[in-house]
Amino acid sequence: MSGTTGKLGRRSFLQTGVAAAGGLLIGFYLPERGKLLAQGPFGRGPVALTPNAFIHISADDIVTLTVHKPENGQGTETSIAMLLAEELDCDWKKVRTEFAPVNPDLYGGATQGTFGSQAISTSWTPMRRTGAAARDMLVQAAATKWGVDKSMCRTESGSVINTSTNARLTYGSLADAASKLPVPNNAAVKDPAQFRLLGKPMKRRDTAVKVSGQATYAIDVKLPGMVYAVVLRSPVIGGKVAGFDATKAKAIPGVKDVVQIPEGIAVVADSTYAAIEGRKVLDVKWDEGANATLTSAIIRQKLMDLTAKSGAVGKTAGTGEAALASAAKKIEVAYEAPYLAHAPMEPHTCVADVRADSAELWVGTQIPGVANTDAMRIAGLPANKVKLHTLYMGGGFGSRGGGAYITEAVGISKAVGAPVKLLYTREDDLQHDRYRPTSYARMAAGLDAEGWPVAFTGNIACSSFSAQGLQNGLDREGVSGVADTLYSIPNVLVQYHEPGIDIPTNYWRSVGHSQNTFFMEGFIDEMAAAGGKDPVELRRKLLSAPAASRLLGVLNLAAEKSNWGKPLPAGRFRGVAVVNCFGSFNAQVAEVSVTAGKLQVHRVVSAVDCGMVVNPAGIVQQQQSAIVYGLSAALRGAITIDKGRVEQTNFHQYEPLRINEMPVVEVHIVPSTQNPGGMGEVGTPAIAPAVANAIFAATGKRIRRLPFSSNPLA
Amino acid sequence: MAAVKFAVNGKQQTVDVAPQMPLLWVLRDTLGLTGTKFGCGMQLCGACTVHVDGVATRSCGAAISTVAGKSITTIEGLSPDQSHPVQRAWIESDVPQCGYCQSGQIMSAAALLAKNKAPTDDEIDTAMRGNICRCGTYQAIREAIHKAGGAK
Repeated sequence: MSGTTGKLGRRSFLQTGVAAAGGLLIGFYLPERGKLLAQGPFGRGPVALTPNAFIHISADDIVTLTVHKPENGQGTETSIAMLLAEELDCDWKKVRTEFAPVNPDLYGGATQGTFGSQAISTSWTPMRRTGAAARDMLVQAAATKWGVDKSMCRTESGSVINTSTNARLTYGSLADAASKLPVPNNAAVKDPAQFRLLGKPMKRRDTAVKVSGQATYAIDVKLPGMVYAVVLRSPVIGGKVAGFDATKAKAIPGVKDVVQIPEGIAVVADSTYAAIEGRKVLDVKWDEGANATLTSAIIRQKLMDLTAKSGAVGKTAGTGEAALASAAKKIEVAYEAPYLAHAPMEPHTCVADVRADSAELWVGTQIPGVANTDAMRIAGLPANKVKLHTLYMGGGFGSRGGGAYITEAVGISKAVGAPVKLLYTREDDLQHDRYRPTSYARMAAGLDAEGWPVAFTGNIACSSFSAQGLQNGLDREGVSGVADTLYSIPNVLVQYHEPGIDIPTNYWRSVGHSQNTFFMEGFIDEMAAAGGKDPVELRRKLLSAPAASRLLGVLNLAAEKSNWGKPLPAGRFRGVAVVNCFGSFNAQVAEVSVTAGKLQVHRVVSAVDCGMVVNPAGIVQQQQSAIVYGLSAALRGAITIDKGRVEQTNFHQYEPLRINEMPVVEVHIVPSTQNPGGMGEVGTPAIAPAVANAIFAATGKRIRRLPFSSNPLA
Repeated sequence: MAAVKFAVNGKQQTVDVAPQMPLLWVLRDTLGLTGTKFGCGMQLCGACTVHVDGVATRSCGAAISTVAGKSITTIEGLSPDQSHPVQRAWIESDVPQCGYCQSGQIMSAAALLAKNKAPTDDEIDTAMRGNICRCGTYQAIREAIHKAGGAK
């Protein structure tokens, strides 16, 4: 794949063929789509959904499969193609892939995106049925040619085979005849026992271009006449331009223009370097606005004060808070987590070419439809006049829906009348992100005389991940991982406060679970310690209901594979945490040492149940990836605010995990016949509490505040 | 502006740019060699790693005037067909995820293996700790370096 969107031209047969399959699939899609819309990131009306135009077979037997889930590193270019190819029974060596253009009618609008860990779960049935429908037409075409019944034909590796004569016809040779056939509306998908590709480790399709510098990201695009731009934005979040003087910036060789856009002042030049140099000497007077005196301490105090009051109810069970009073033993603590930036390795970049009557964008985006709508709004053009080329993303982690990098690039191109490459420097990326919100949680538990939990309360203040998601004052993501755990505790009350802080927030890998699972799993460990129970023993007891069986399954597997309860080498200690989110289940056991106050995470044993597996090699990659992402944040990830400004500027102040800190990650997959759940995010939440619980085992210090670096261990 | 002469991937180049312009942007914007990536601009992440006279160098911190007369190798010059032992090992271990940092990772690994055919885990840590990967491919990188070392 070139990394750019291919032509939409399709042979008529599969356009019709799969369009009809799309009609069939509407019943499958609607509930999922309704759920996604209810979650709120889109805020647009229902879109007609007829997934089609996924398959193109040419006379030379090349099968081109359209991937409608952008490649964020998580392997969709491989896994989505596998779903189609499995049912199509084509030759994997002759498969080509291309990313889908933005087209809600063909590719599902909201679900044409990589977010919410739903790339596979929303594709599992429709993509297989789409493949099966095409295969059925090819079989019918061959059967007609041979004058036999379809039941006398089988398919294998891109050919239909006559089972009585062993004659073979390749798909390419049948494509024309098949295109004239009516479309089956009930082509059967395979029994999983017949899978040839699914469930077996598959090499990624994008490796060769990514080891040779040939993969195209937005930052690599160069157009004739293209100029380069960086934007100076208000250092105080929410501030506005009060005035500017471009004289000095324009004196820098290579600087061509300085233009004001709603987000700030853009310096436009003939090279990236000149644009950056011009911005350094740009004089801007800022109206700093209401955030000018805001600090992290003020925000923290606001969250603390709110959690002393009653909030919107996220969950209630039994007698809730009242049961605490009558418990034999009561523990009350507070947990907290900071703002986080996403910091993908490729900073946000967008190339936009806005002309009078049309516009084109080259961009890596998790949700092309949202990016396209943002572009349409700024360009002032209708959907059919804006063309978006979906490129590889250099990481996204929730940050690349639409947003400022799109609107700025379009705005600048419109202003200067030329194609523009807008680059975020790392400083721009860290200081002008939309952040994982900071959170403060008061937790309380009551234990009975035997030390088993009988009551639990959580009172959480945390900016909404998406203001559209507030319902009766409640942001579901703000309490996810605390209000929706599978633990059986008879009396529960979980409350939530939206603090009204004017710092932009956004989804961040695993969303609310990214902090709430740290709170919950740390606190469960505290309940175990207070009640004199082993941490695994307590979790087993609380997960004994049938509804929790899959979470119990991964807990038991992780305990077994990590030799939980058996001796470790001197100085090594274990901690455990579990999580269920995005339809999947994960348990992690971390092995750590703390020497003279220095923490080292040596090994992580992770057991995962994500339902049926498409590509087990991809599961291992996503587990390692999610654990590193979570551990990076847990160790020292924090965005802090002073005088309304983000204090961190680059990787020396927001330093991800490096190779010398990488634990050995061991992944164990629970075999399952359930439909697939998500894999992109489920590995992130449990690592922080697993390590924190291991630190407690090592030192007796209970870490309730992220990152770990804010808690001295010596 | 002053003309600077140097070799890139075996080919002589002359560029006329500001003397302080980092090699990174000369490679990317002037010469169109976009395999070398921008990640931080402060030599903190290693995405821009190239070889300058065989030494792994962060091109974002190397002013073009400092590489006059030198020989630069970028990811595009490592091999024409992904056949360099490090690239082969990377393919065998299926290392990349988003892939953005991998040019820099591979250039750092190639420089390490050119000096040390069988690095220990500690030696890998020392040579590779300047290269950040947000997708967390470190375990696969370690495996691939051991493979590439063994292959020599």
